[in-house]
Amino acid sequence: MIRLEKRAQPARSMLLLAPLTALLLTLVTGVALFAALGQPPLPVLKAFFIDPVRDAYGLSELLLKATPLLLCAAGLSLCFRARIWNIGAEGQFLLGCLCSGAAALAFNDANLQGLARLAGVAAGLGAGMAGGLLWAGLVALLRHRFNCSEILTSIMLNYVALHLLMWAVHGPLKDPEGFNFPESALLANPLLLPAIADGYRTHVGFIAALALLAAFGLVGGRTLVGFQLRVMGESASAARYAGFSQGGLLWLALLGCGAAAGLAGAFEVLGPVGQLTPHLSSGYGFAAIIVVFLGRGHPLGMLLAALLQALTFIGGENLQIEFGLPKSIAQIFQGLLLFYLLAADALIHYRPALHKPVVRIAA
Amino acid sequence: MDIHLAADLLHAALRAGTPLALCALGVLVAERAGVLNLGQEGIMLMGAVTGFAISLETGSHAAGALAAIAVGALMGALFVLLTLPLRANPVASGLALAVFGSGLCAFVGSGYVGSSLQGIAVAAIPWLSELPLVGKALFAQDPLLYAAWALALGIGLTLHRTRFGLVLSAVGEDPEVAHRLGVRVLPMRAAMACLGAALTGLGGAYLSLAYTPLWTEDMTSGRGWIALAMVVLAGWRTGSVLLASYLFGFFSILNLLMQDMGWSVSPNLLSMTPYVLCLAALIALSSQGRFSDRRAPGALGQNFHKEG
Repeated sequence: MIRLEKRAQPARSMLLLAPLTALLLTLVTGVALFAALGQPPLPVLKAFFIDPVRDAYGLSELLLKATPLLLCAAGLSLCFRARIWNIGAEGQFLLGCLCSGAAALAFNDANLQGLARLAGVAAGLGAGMAGGLLWAGLVALLRHRFNCSEILTSIMLNYVALHLLMWAVHGPLKDPEGFNFPESALLANPLLLPAIADGYRTHVGFIAALALLAAFGLVGGRTLVGFQLRVMGESASAARYAGFSQGGLLWLALLGCGAAAGLAGAFEVLGPVGQLTPHLSSGYGFAAIIVVFLGRGHPLGMLLAALLQALTFIGGENLQIEFGLPKSIAQIFQGLLLFYLLAADALIHYRPALHKPVVRIAA
Repeated sequence: MDIHLAADLLHAALRAGTPLALCALGVLVAERAGVLNLGQEGIMLMGAVTGFAISLETGSHAAGALAAIAVGALMGALFVLLTLPLRANPVASGLALAVFGSGLCAFVGSGYVGSSLQGIAVAAIPWLSELPLVGKALFAQDPLLYAAWALALGIGLTLHRTRFGLVLSAVGEDPEVAHRLGVRVLPMRAAMACLGAALTGLGGAYLSLAYTPLWTEDMTSGRGWIALAMVVLAGWRTGSVLLASYLFGFFSILNLLMQDMGWSVSPNLLSMTPYVLCLAALIALSSQGRFSDRRAPGALGQNFHKEG
């Protein structure tokens, strides 16, 4: 019988090998799944993973989709480092969208120029961040002051944010000239974020996301605060004995995440979408959780993981167009990938052994 | 408010609360053994789509309900595989299950959107169901709801009145000690995780077979997550879990009453109420400060492995 035997040291090679193994197993399962459905597996996989990124435009779309994932993941990595299980990036993202859209709509004018234009964009970005901060701050307050599980409160707030957005686009922010569609007016061009290059939709937000990812990575990995967060995650009592302010760390991690996720929401509204709609998020806040685990909370790892997750979103849409398969395939792949990764992670701390280890006692 | 409206409201509240109650009971039995499975939403959705599809294909509600139980148990087994032998992080494993389940259910169910199914028929108990006010609510329900109550009674008695229930809480409170006393901790946790997930699957099937006999991708609307909160609110006790679930059932149908009384509130704001109430209840409970007798099982969500 195969048993798992604890390794003396965590295997460093497995830190890298485990995600690759998980990716490979996900692909194999995907082939089996499509074959079972009577779809030709290889063309489907090609349409899912290769076709979307064959040209420069496809690659730029990948970066565009990766932007909100990177921002949310950067924030979540701070929380998860301290084992603060904030599941609420989705809600923080949505409230960021809502606040950013509401603020930008107040400036909506096609002839904005100079300072007024700057003020409009700044208001959109600032309001988005404020929305995310508010939603994350609520989670921090409930945990700090009322000792409520952050998992439950952040999930409930996800739903509240979604329904607030729905209410806004069905009610106060609905475009009066929009033929009764639940959408806000389109934002005027001067309010939208500039694209990196003409002809592509990737905007300056991607560069900001990279910068924020690097900054959060530095804070998490190279500063005292990052160390304190990790100690708090490993052992709350150790952090207490060391005199770390656990309340302060809790607020810091959650507010950091809220700001990043809110900014991601603002980038979507002021970027590719350009208005408020009910479908602003394709589940970015949830997918970002997988990005953090897949990328081990390391900035480079999360960058690769975010690109991969972005590919599953675009690939899922592509399959819907080319093969008429439901878009939810993206979620199946995301779930499978996390399953396999969690299973493969066992190999970091344990090694499979065929027999029960013989315990030798030193004479 | 006249008595017929009150009787109808009570009847509807019990139906609305039952999917939540089944799911919360599933969460309860697993958490009493120390297993924290956050994947309830995914399991419930899979139960709902399986129950609906199998009932539609076979024409038998019982087959649908049993299939939902089986699929639930299977998803529980997947969680067990990750967290017990492979010792994966239970929070991440539960989230993976939630994501995977909501993707897979949309995929499996894509051919069933828009299909309609004859819901499980009401089995009114003669004479008793004629009672004023409570007759319709208590004695004119469908068999699956009665089955849910029987399950709840069985679970309550087993958890709080038997030796097995005590051993179970030992496993949830302190697996180390339970192990040293000769309890087989891991098999017990595995069994309870599967049983709990099976109940959640059945809760999903109640939604798609009895409460609203159709299939849509978001039909659970967060009930799986709310059930997790219900168990916390109820202090891990069966009676309180049921009470909390049915109170929520009542609040979730309040919009019907408000329409009846001629209030006009945005439906989007109304659909926010369950989550806001849930948050308010969590706050109210903790500000009472009486957590000593209603705290979580000591080893909830902590992996256990025998050393030596």
